[in-house]
Amino acid sequence: MIKLENISKTYGSTRALDSINLTILPHKTTVLIGPSGCGKSTIMRLIVGLIKPDLGNVYVKDEMLTPINFFTIRRRMGYVIQDGGLFPHLTARENVFLIAKYLGWNNDRIRMRIAELCELTKFPIEALDRYPVQISGGQRQRVSLMRALMLDPDIILLDEPLGALDPLIRFELQNDLKGIFHTLSKTVVMVTHDIGEAGFFGDSIVLIRDGHIIQRGTLVDFVRTPTDPFVTSFINAQRSPLESIGE
Amino acid sequence: MTCRLISYCRGKACYALTCSLSMVLFGTGLILPLLFIANTTVALSATEVKVGSKAFTESVILGEIITQLAQSEGAKVKYLRQLGGTRVLWDALLTGEVDIYPEYTGTITQEIFAVKNIRDEETLKKILAEKNILMSRPLGFNNTYAIGMKEDVAEGLGITKISDLRKYPKLKFGFTNEFMNRGDGWPSLRRAYNLPQKNVRGLDHDLAYRGLESRSIDVIDLYSTDAEIRYYKLRVLDDDLHHFPEYNAVLLYRSYLRERAPDALKTILKLEGRIPEKTMIDMNAEVKLGGVPESVVASEFLKKNLSITTEPKEETFLTRLVHNTLQHLFLVAISLAAAILISIPLGILSHRKEKIGHGILGIVGIIQTIPSLALLVFMIPLLGIGSAPAIVALFLYSLLPIVRNTYSGLQDIPVGIRESAEALGLPPGARMRLVELPMASRSILAGIKTSAVINVGTATLGALIGAGGYGQPILTGIRLDNIPLILEGAIPAAVLALLVQGLFDLLEHVVVAKGLRLKGD
Repeated sequence: MIKLENISKTYGSTRALDSINLTILPHKTTVLIGPSGCGKSTIMRLIVGLIKPDLGNVYVKDEMLTPINFFTIRRRMGYVIQDGGLFPHLTARENVFLIAKYLGWNNDRIRMRIAELCELTKFPIEALDRYPVQISGGQRQRVSLMRALMLDPDIILLDEPLGALDPLIRFELQNDLKGIFHTLSKTVVMVTHDIGEAGFFGDSIVLIRDGHIIQRGTLVDFVRTPTDPFVTSFINAQRSPLESIGE
Repeated sequence: MTCRLISYCRGKACYALTCSLSMVLFGTGLILPLLFIANTTVALSATEVKVGSKAFTESVILGEIITQLAQSEGAKVKYLRQLGGTRVLWDALLTGEVDIYPEYTGTITQEIFAVKNIRDEETLKKILAEKNILMSRPLGFNNTYAIGMKEDVAEGLGITKISDLRKYPKLKFGFTNEFMNRGDGWPSLRRAYNLPQKNVRGLDHDLAYRGLESRSIDVIDLYSTDAEIRYYKLRVLDDDLHHFPEYNAVLLYRSYLRERAPDALKTILKLEGRIPEKTMIDMNAEVKLGGVPESVVASEFLKKNLSITTEPKEETFLTRLVHNTLQHLFLVAISLAAAILISIPLGILSHRKEKIGHGILGIVGIIQTIPSLALLVFMIPLLGIGSAPAIVALFLYSLLPIVRNTYSGLQDIPVGIRESAEALGLPPGARMRLVELPMASRSILAGIKTSAVINVGTATLGALIGAGGYGQPILTGIRLDNIPLILEGAIPAAVLALLVQGLFDLLEHVVVAKGLRLKGD
């Protein structure tokens, strides 16, 4: 579905990614995890074409990403960032239908699609005409997800979608998101730094450190057969105090 | 195509500069057709005689007399009163924007043709004729430069002639700015008389009298027909070394007036030899000290001396206000509209192409540093006098705030929002239109508001080059030491600036999206 081939990317003198090879499987959720600045967000930005690799190629559905096919390929992907990235001058509804309107959808088709999406994301229809500043952080993420899903893309990219939310809302949204991914059976790539979240969502987890892939597998693989001492220390560092009480 | 060309030039600063400069020139080019239309509408009324005068009372009175004389012969006259100084009038005469104006022989030889060292009238007439300009015979009075002091101070020190000043090096001199610099002014006067004074400063002529009165200066330059000589009880010092040349008042006019308005010209030239020094001083005094309008003084003069009855047309306060307001709005509206049309694309370009952006912001920044008066005067050789040069100067002044605010408004859009728009699959043009410009709208509008307010204020200077507006009563008010007249221009200008500001505050509710004006709960 998505393939990164020999990708290297440097920002100034920092090497963000060093000869990365990564294949994202279709209809599965792949989670990229690692400490801050490890290069996980850089991978997402490369897939969307927001930045260009210094070396190597990105393929989306066997099509190499070039400046010429950017716009069409992007419309087959939905992208959600940490604080939602909603356009503050547009209402929730206008945010959601912006791209469809640009592509010339008629109003009925837009209205039907938005109704579908509201149901899917459990977003209250009556809040659609509010502006981003008038709704809560969790609701903003739902709007952002609706915007990403508007054109019914095959791929959904989420860059720390829950990072800015408080724990209760986060928990609720986690469950809703997992349900949505399950229903839609999309190819999902998600970035997080939370190992619990990675285990919750990920069919496959990719641990990245300093621009290299350290290990790829399930959470169970990470615990039982770590390929590097860093894998174990990364997991241990996030062990919850609740777990130690339970033991 | 342009985009490709621009990205091709990237990295070469000179290209960036050329690109942005050509944009600014293009903008200037854009308003010229508008100005052309504006000018032709004026020309359609078929003005036959365009009279000019300098920004001091005597010149304004003479201009008024000429105007009324031409009108008495049925000619259509346009009177451009109190345009700046010699340079403005002379250039306007050369380009034919003024057909006739009062001048002084000394000024022509010492100032206009200072380098040619003209000795006699015949040579002068020949040089003028080469430029298709004719000179009347002297009008009758000699308004030469003179040096004056308060009578009691001069009496106390025993000063009667300029050479007496040598004995008092501590005296404070205050001279008009023109006198400080001109060929026959202070530098040559000091050499001729070997004057030792060090405390010499330049100031406005009308303010000099008040300085003398308050004793902050002791010695000033005078025009010998100044009404104030008697009023302030001044002693005119004897020019014992005959330093100052003769300043016989004459009329300079374009030779084509002989064909275009022969009767009017013939009548105007009746003034030759008809204005003795005392008459001129009386007329100056009536206007400056008596507060009588120039047009009335001119009309009385014509009736008494040439038995010509004219109707002095003095605008009422209200018509004057309407007239000035329309002129002022005309200057502001055209220059601001052109600036908005050019500046927003320039701001977008600066945001998109960093290198070119540096060039653009640099150039519009430099334009802003040129003093407004200098910018206006620079425009005269290119565009003559009147509203055209004023509009171009105001246009250039209005660029910076709009370009800079467009640029920074776009620059300040958070990366997450910019990238979200990109990730949606919107092409650059659509992103600019649907996301980036709406988000920068508040900043852009603020830039336009700043430009508009500055524009309203700066436009008052337009009166110096014949563009009219609220600067007209301010200039007259300064010249006549008439505070109500100054306020007649200053108050509407301030009110207009406030109105403009209020208008843009209202506009913000229309232009800036509601989502950007709301505050989060």
